Amino acid sequence: MGKTTYRDALRQALSDSMTTDPNVVLIGEEVGRYGGAYGVTKGLIDEFGPDRVIDTPISEPSIVGAAVGAAMSGLRPVAELMYVDFIGMTMDQLANQAAKIRYMFGGQIGVPMILRTQGGTGRSAGAQHSQSLEAYVMHTPGLRLAMPATVSDAYHLLRQSMAQPDPVVFIEHKALYATSGELDDQTPVVPWGKAHVPRQGDDLVIVTYSRQLHYAISAADTLAKDGIEATIIDLRTLNPLDIDTIRTHVERCGHAMVVSEGVMTAGVAAELAARISEECFDFLENPVIRIAGEDIPISVSPLLETNSVPTPELIVDAARMMRS
Amino acid sequence: METQTNSRLADLYAMMRRIRTFEERVGELFVRGQSAGSMLHLSIGEEAAAVGVGTAMRDGDTFTTHHRGHGVFLARGADPRLMMAEIAGKETGYCSGKGGSMHIADMKLGHLGANAIVGGGIPFVVGAGLAARQKSSDSLSVAFFGDGATGQGILYESMNMAALWRLPVLFVCINNQYGMGTRIDNATADPDLYKRAIPFGLRGASVDGTDVEAVAEIAGKMITDARAGKPGFLVVDCYRFYGHARMDKSPYRDDAEESEGRLRDPVIKARETLISRGEIDGSSLDEMDQNIAAEMDATIDFAADAREPQLDSIFDDVYDPSTPPPESVRGRLARILGQRQ
Repeated sequence: MGKTTYRDALRQALSDSMTTDPNVVLIGEEVGRYGGAYGVTKGLIDEFGPDRVIDTPISEPSIVGAAVGAAMSGLRPVAELMYVDFIGMTMDQLANQAAKIRYMFGGQIGVPMILRTQGGTGRSAGAQHSQSLEAYVMHTPGLRLAMPATVSDAYHLLRQSMAQPDPVVFIEHKALYATSGELDDQTPVVPWGKAHVPRQGDDLVIVTYSRQLHYAISAADTLAKDGIEATIIDLRTLNPLDIDTIRTHVERCGHAMVVSEGVMTAGVAAELAARISEECFDFLENPVIRIAGEDIPISVSPLLETNSVPTPELIVDAARMMRS
Repeated sequence: METQTNSRLADLYAMMRRIRTFEERVGELFVRGQSAGSMLHLSIGEEAAAVGVGTAMRDGDTFTTHHRGHGVFLARGADPRLMMAEIAGKETGYCSGKGGSMHIADMKLGHLGANAIVGGGIPFVVGAGLAARQKSSDSLSVAFFGDGATGQGILYESMNMAALWRLPVLFVCINNQYGMGTRIDNATADPDLYKRAIPFGLRGASVDGTDVEAVAEIAGKMITDARAGKPGFLVVDCYRFYGHARMDKSPYRDDAEESEGRLRDPVIKARETLISRGEIDGSSLDEMDQNIAAEMDATIDFAADAREPQLDSIFDDVYDPSTPPPESVRGRLARILGQRQ
């Protein structure tokens, strides 16, 4: 298919899914006429009509709840939450309802819905529009969690999410929409639930996902000039978590760092570090190091915002300390 | 800035003109690349709501706003220089550059906070009303929000509690016809929003948002009632002149609608009324406008020249300053890896 953007790849995935499966509907604030706050769903209402691309009032709990009911009734809804920061309002429908229905009801029915949303810093959007809240989702059994970092995964990971039998929270990154890259829309790089390893080195493993993948790659380029060769693992999905790929590389390298934009304490980085410590204890030459968001809200000041989350420089400095 | 005249309407006009001009300068700040981000939501066209209700409130009253709250805050006495500095993300701003346009607040002026979550600040006024009663104060609390918030359940929960407990609270829905790109009749089956007061037993009213005197009059009555334990729900009907935020050119509405909507201009209407009544002449109003323009021009330079926040302030105010701040990632790294070397 050639070169495209993260935004257009997402739209293509939605369009292809809707073409293939008449049960797919989009529901959310400004997904139709407006085309999505970040333009992902632009034009889909013209292609598929207002019965399948449904603009809603500003009613987040009911958007998610309606998607739950629709999924239980034979549709395959893709609900959109404009910012992941609004997930707090929807948490009952997501965590008490969507996540638990299969289990509470003794396996009678699943909830095959997607909750598409976006998070992260980069637009000076302040404390309630810049968070990385994937840990809330990862902490809830019953929910799957996908976070694409690349143009290829914007397409394939969304298509793979649409094929799941259980609810998937799909978190995009607002700073990635305009990024471009190659997309082969026929062949995913790896299957659902598997991590991708875009770079291999022997000195250090950096486990990451979403925008921090790009920061890690940039850091690895810098580190290579110092003679430190890093392996980089892009997790793609946090649930399921591909611990086998992580273990294989950490056992080989003996040094592991996890990088996440979400706040550090009790976050995704904490879970990953604990898993690596348990699984690879005998192979580790250093503690597993967490590089994550500071334990603070995000400021509107661009200077403070930039320094609230990991930067390539921070990853480089930490790696040098680990390998010195 | 002192704009007191002998005409009440002229005073209301002056405040509306200050809001209009401030919002235009916010747009310029954005164009000059000085604002912190693009999340700037202008209240042009909605000035009578802010000024009409704001003038009916008094010192000691509190309020919350939505994300489009610059006008309300100015109407309640904000310093536009400190507002502009906050919008630019500067240390000098009302919230030390941490909050920005959507989270501006000032406890001294009773501003319990703008909010970037639709409906997020509405229940605060229930709590403020409870506190006023507990403390035997006669202060009142006003929630300002847009028509978009009528989609949120939390509004109705708060309305019910205020009515049930007979709290000194006023809910003010600034109905600018649009929640982001969705027109009110696409977001609700019954756009006669004031009727939502009825099932809760609140005083309900709807008022023409181009007429600042009418807004001030009805708000005054409803505030008097609310202080006496009869809370209300006031809808101010107006038109959002521009897009949702600075980047939004509102392609979802046609030019004819927009041109017609912009004729519903509370600032122009007040000006024409003042002249036709002979309360003030056009040249005096022009002079007033020029003074206001100069005041608001100065806010841009003030914001541009204001100090950036210090990087180490990033850990301040997560918790009370008497307690230790969170440990930084770098600090932890140095502690853990430093001791191993």
